[in-house]
Amino acid sequence: MSVYAILFYAIAVFILASTAIAVTRRHLVHAAVFLALSFFGSAMLFYLLGAPLLAMLEVIVYVGAIMVLFLFVIMMVEVKGKDSGVLTRGQQAAAALLGIVYVAAAVMLVRAAAAGGNAALQAAVAEPAVFGEYLFRQHWLSIEIASFLLLIALMGVLHLGRDIRRRQTGKENAS
Amino acid sequence: MLAWITGLIVLLVKLVVVLVALLLTAAYLVWAERKLLARLQVRLGPNRAGKFGLLQPIADMIKLLTKEDLVPESADRVIFLLAPAVVSVTALLMFAVVPFGTDITLFGRRVPLIISDINVALLLVFAFSSLGVYGVALGGWASNSKFALIGGIRGAAQMISYELPLGLSLVPVVMLARSFSLVDIVNAQNSYPFILVQPLAFAIFVISAMAESKRIPFDLPEAENELGAGFHTEYSGMRFGLFFLGEYVHMQVLGALVAVFFLGGWRGPWLPGPLWLFVKIIAVALVMIWIRGTLPRLRYDQLMAICWKVLVPAALINIILTGFVMLI
Repeated sequence: MSVYAILFYAIAVFILASTAIAVTRRHLVHAAVFLALSFFGSAMLFYLLGAPLLAMLEVIVYVGAIMVLFLFVIMMVEVKGKDSGVLTRGQQAAAALLGIVYVAAAVMLVRAAAAGGNAALQAAVAEPAVFGEYLFRQHWLSIEIASFLLLIALMGVLHLGRDIRRRQTGKENAS
Repeated sequence: MLAWITGLIVLLVKLVVVLVALLLTAAYLVWAERKLLARLQVRLGPNRAGKFGLLQPIADMIKLLTKEDLVPESADRVIFLLAPAVVSVTALLMFAVVPFGTDITLFGRRVPLIISDINVALLLVFAFSSLGVYGVALGGWASNSKFALIGGIRGAAQMISYELPLGLSLVPVVMLARSFSLVDIVNAQNSYPFILVQPLAFAIFVISAMAESKRIPFDLPEAENELGAGFHTEYSGMRFGLFFLGEYVHMQVLGALVAVFFLGGWRGPWLPGPLWLFVKIIAVALVMIWIRGTLPRLRYDQLMAICWKVLVPAALINIILTGFVMLI
């Protein structure tokens, strides 16, 4: 077994272990920290497989932005964890369904890779400039649609925030 | 195999040299800051330990190392113990991609004066800078004290917000250099430093960098007169020292980044590369200390308003302008 293979399996065990701990912790901050560790592990795996750009984006976006926001909200709200009934039956069903979809996709990918196709990795291993050019030449429409959706979400949040503030100041004026 | 082992030895030597230089400079930056700040406030500053107080950093280090390492009873023990390390480690790791000279030849081997030249170096800097938020946020939360928690939350909000203008201000630099690699960015400034063509980006970057390192006028996470010491209120001994070390290493890294992105990195006449980089780092650090001695602390709403209403739009306009000029 080469050094790379040993590293691969070590990182894989690390990711699986931290994800397993993340979903079983009752304490929300601990769960968030372990999830961040698991994302960091995925980034290391990307780097090992020769995709530094994806590795950095994973750290910047998932660990550095999304998980920090999660942590921020948890710290602000400080939920005292209830012992049972975190998820309703419907949410559990949805989670199970999504899990099955993911497992199916993974099995299909592994089978395609075994048959000689290497499509998933080939797309990931690219220089930043090449990747950017490919993205903006081939998929510009999807990018525009996605950014438009994000813009609408942003405007929605702004509108909600403004509305609440105006109502509060209105009350103050009345009293 | 032999080449592999010599490569490893060269790498280890470089790591040791850079680490020792960073830590020593951090210790003496503290001395310089206390001395300069004292002069700005018409005081004398440290002058008891050694000539001009030059042994003060060493005395401080001994004091911090021998102090009792307190952990509050109701603190979240593991996270409380680990958080300071996150701050200083991420700050130190960022220096791995900063080039400090041309390749030199040692015993017939070409040795590049950089620890790791990867093609996404700029993104790596941002990745580690965003990981640093965890140290502040978790350190503040794990202390289980109201002051520390408020400091941690403020720190997280401030650092996430200012990462945006910090990143956006560098887009024109990447456009000009056509690369994420810091080596290529320095090489692209062969004829002129980018500060001449990107003064706006330079201003935005320096302001956001000061906010990112939580210094006055952006030191709300540790505002002494309202929060005790903010996110590190409950820390003592060397764990507090690690937060402190992280802050001063961060200052040097930001100085190095300002030098690499806008001042031509290690390039300059007469002096050798590493010395030029050192001079530029110290110059940026001294300006930061000067600003600390001059400006009062911002209010929280002013902090957010400057970020979202001034810096981000200015950075976006700067990107569009640069694009136009490059196309013409």
